[in-house]
Amino acid sequence: MKNRGYAVYLIPGIVASTAVIIVPLVMTIYISFTKWTGIGSPRWVGVENYTRLFEDANFWASFGHILLLIIAMAVVPTFLGLVLAAVLFDYVAKRFSDRWASALRSGYYLPQVLPVAVTGIIWGWILHPSYGALNRILAAAGLGSLARNWLGDPKYALYSVMAVMIWFQLGYPIVMFMSGLQRIDPELYEAADLDGATWWQRFRKITIAMIRPELYVVLVTTTIASLKIFGQIFVLTRGGPSNATLVPSYFAYKNFFEKAQVGYGSAISTVLTVLIVVLAFVFLRLQNRAERS
Amino acid sequence: MTVTATRAPERRTETPQPSRERRPGRFLILAGLLVLLLLMVAPLLVVAVNAVKSPADYASHGPLSVPDHLYWTGIVDFWNRVDFGLKLWNSFLTSLVVAVLAVILSVFNAYALGIGRVKGRIWFLVFFLVANLLPQEVLVYPLYYLAKQLGLYDSLFSIIIIFTVVQSAFGTYLLTSVYTEFPKELLEAAAIDGAGRWRALWRVVVPVSRPTLAVLFTFFFIWTWNEFFLPLIFLISNDNQTVPVALGVLQGDRMMDATTTSASALIGIVPAMVFFLIFQRTLTRGIAAGAIK
Repeated sequence: MKNRGYAVYLIPGIVASTAVIIVPLVMTIYISFTKWTGIGSPRWVGVENYTRLFEDANFWASFGHILLLIIAMAVVPTFLGLVLAAVLFDYVAKRFSDRWASALRSGYYLPQVLPVAVTGIIWGWILHPSYGALNRILAAAGLGSLARNWLGDPKYALYSVMAVMIWFQLGYPIVMFMSGLQRIDPELYEAADLDGATWWQRFRKITIAMIRPELYVVLVTTTIASLKIFGQIFVLTRGGPSNATLVPSYFAYKNFFEKAQVGYGSAISTVLTVLIVVLAFVFLRLQNRAERS
Repeated sequence: MTVTATRAPERRTETPQPSRERRPGRFLILAGLLVLLLLMVAPLLVVAVNAVKSPADYASHGPLSVPDHLYWTGIVDFWNRVDFGLKLWNSFLTSLVVAVLAVILSVFNAYALGIGRVKGRIWFLVFFLVANLLPQEVLVYPLYYLAKQLGLYDSLFSIIIIFTVVQSAFGTYLLTSVYTEFPKELLEAAAIDGAGRWRALWRVVVPVSRPTLAVLFTFFFIWTWNEFFLPLIFLISNDNQTVPVALGVLQGDRMMDATTTSASALIGIVPAMVFFLIFQRTLTRGIAAGAIK
């Protein structure tokens, strides 16, 4: 009975989370079954918003774009980050010095500390077709034929956003993996060296095996971040040109605040939420299974 | 830049094989890493160089030239135009209050769950975790609607309440796992000295876990500072905007030239960099702590 009396400490947290998270969540799910402009009272329409959603080409396109953004925000940075963290930890830190390794790590991490809106401004300017830095640099280097309307041409806009996202995300896995690598006993590497293992063998058998927990954390958090992406899209392209960079969160935002189709916007965000929660549970299961074996 | 050192274990000082030491490939790898570092920081350097360049200079010499003279007018004009001092204060106040309140809320929750081990603690943890996972799009419209009904719309207060709850979800998760392993002897000693739950919390638990709380504070501060989506929707009047919103909205208007854009980007970068330098140690430690679980 000595643990009695702690439950009161949960009261503020539960009250606050109910008001800010649970009530709005339930409201959105309810609104997604109605037609509502945000004024007056919502009219119940059943699953109409959802059937409309599944026939809406923009909805499918926005999720298609997310697949490419997962490559840019989760897959590529995780892979590059793994290699870079291993090189920094196992090569630079040993052959040069720890200072070199941590200085490089900080440099790679820098983009992560900027507000996403500022990231958008920086790249919006660099990629601007007429006064942007990239096209001016290309022209100065005699490569003017490569100059494009990077963000304004539907053919290139999404790829440009992908490149920006790789730049933005790379530092996060590097920092995570390097902190995981510190758990590794250096004797493991020395023993592998004595047994004549190549760098690649040590990378696969020791590095990857040891930082598997971090690997999962990075993949889960970056994948979920790509599903939620909003700020960069808002500042860089506002989903355009002609919806070439439309993503679910911006699609929902447009329906809420520009088109006053609150029911439809709620259906979009409900689908997005279901997807994120399912994904998180799948990842958690996989992680548990991997830890047990 | 000073960097958190990755302290090498003592064992590693045994001499590495000299044959490896002199391979020319050694410097190639370092050179490759430095090129990558340059790529990562280049956009920020380009911004900094052009923020202090006059429009005429930019027009005739392009983005890569060194400015003929330091031209501060762009920055000063932009600062005055957006009343940047006020935006800085709004951002600072919001982030500070959120960080303090969210740490306190996390401590309360984790005290009950980690130390008190109240019944159903796993379910409470899942509850808080899911709250952290949900995309803000699914909460935004009801929150917007409720804020309007309560007269909290377009006030920093609304943002403070929401982010306190959102951030504390992560804090509860991290801190609960820390408090689960809290030394029982300390609590028993406090109980013998006649301390109740409330006194034990403030006199024993909080002081002992101060390093973790510092990490949480740092995270919450920076996360709140960088938030864009909800502030964009809630803080519409000029007097209430935070730094990312003020910059992001202006960028969307696309009425700026190259040097004004880089000036605006630079004044968005500087505070973020300052926090990065101040908090660097805590941040790296915190990422390590977050990665373990």
